[in-house]
Amino acid sequence: MKRSGLSTFRPQIARLERRLFLKQGLSLGALSLLSGCTLKDDDAVDRLLFAMSRFNDKMQAALFDPAKLAPTYTEAEIATPFPFNAYYEEKDVPRIDSETYRLRLSGLIADKRPWSLSELRALPQASQITRLVCVEGWSAIGKWRGVLFRDFLERIGADLTARYVGFRCADKYYSSIDMPSALHPQTLLALDFTDAKYGDPLRLRIPTKLGFKNPKFIHEIFVANDYPGGYWEDKGYNWFSGS
Amino acid sequence: MVDAAGATTPRAIHPLFVRVTHWVNAFAIFVMVLSGWRIYNASPLFGFEFPPGFTLGGWLAGALAWHFAGMWLLALNGAAYLAYGIVSGHFKRKFLPISLSRALDDVTLASQGRLAHAPGRYNAAQRLLYVGVILAVIVAILSGLAIWKPVQLHGLTAVMGGYEAARLVHFFAMAAIVAFLVVHIGLAVTVKGVLAPMFAGRAEAPR
Repeated sequence: MKRSGLSTFRPQIARLERRLFLKQGLSLGALSLLSGCTLKDDDAVDRLLFAMSRFNDKMQAALFDPAKLAPTYTEAEIATPFPFNAYYEEKDVPRIDSETYRLRLSGLIADKRPWSLSELRALPQASQITRLVCVEGWSAIGKWRGVLFRDFLERIGADLTARYVGFRCADKYYSSIDMPSALHPQTLLALDFTDAKYGDPLRLRIPTKLGFKNPKFIHEIFVANDYPGGYWEDKGYNWFSGS
Repeated sequence: MVDAAGATTPRAIHPLFVRVTHWVNAFAIFVMVLSGWRIYNASPLFGFEFPPGFTLGGWLAGALAWHFAGMWLLALNGAAYLAYGIVSGHFKRKFLPISLSRALDDVTLASQGRLAHAPGRYNAAQRLLYVGVILAVIVAILSGLAIWKPVQLHGLTAVMGGYEAARLVHFFAMAAIVAFLVVHIGLAVTVKGVLAPMFAGRAEAPR
């Protein structure tokens, strides 16, 4: 998360730019574009990049087809060991007592009664073998099994016309997704997965979005119309991040 | 060209439309390649990383923001250029015929310093390289879409050989574009009198 080291090359770039552009009486202002690029300064370039990211949210929502399914794979194609990824080291994963665990519900939900793991396991279960694609570029095929998120949202009386479903997690991570993606037939509230360390006891598995939109160690789900943001989204990653 | 008064005036070489789309494309390619190098560094495909000082975006989120903003400029400008090139006959006039053997002959002549350069007329090597880099940009855009939307566009991703193969296609399309740029920029700044017309549109008046 450090700033670009491009400043060290600025004299050479400046010379190159002068040779290529200024000689012709043109200036593209390329140097100012190079410096303001970290999405952390409130300058014109960052505002433009943020505006484009919001535009890309809208374009991705328009491109999203609720009936289009993510490709599925065979057991033999599952990645072992499944790569661990979080904003902290693997040794710092939260340890959650499955006996006392309760999933909390809040926001635009009719029945906000908390859920134990055995109650969640008593619901109809579905499983999938899909590819998890990380925003970093790598991908891994894994297997997830749990409650269809659409069934769960209907069962708890969530307002399905609301804009957002948000997640708060035991590792202080948080994220949110759009309602159409939450209702996609492959979106799972996963209870069993390739490696239980990675989100036990409850995580979201949503193959229509990048990996960081699949929060782990979920302890609260809420439904809202106000934009909830997310851990990485608030730092500048694209919110929709659909696959 | 000699006018009635006997004075020489420069001859038009590059149409305005081509010059504008060329420089918009140059900026878009610059943004896409340098931000793409930073994205590559987050999860390198091969045993090397690009020097962070030669990347754009400062960190992964910044690089992605540049890349997904720049893609619109690259694609829309590229589509306008292709439409112009096809409809106006620019491609037919300037790029055809394409011959690999004549391109190799021209490279040999050029290496011996014997290739005559007629302003406004592309030699066989130029034709091959310009058409080649247009195809490389198209492959880069298609493989980029396949990586960006492996679910919504999974037909395209399948054509690329799947998600991981599409990453390789995207990388090598970039490598082809950068290899072209090394030759293209190298010649543009060393061969006398070819850079100015790309701005002004006209060859320098003979002196």
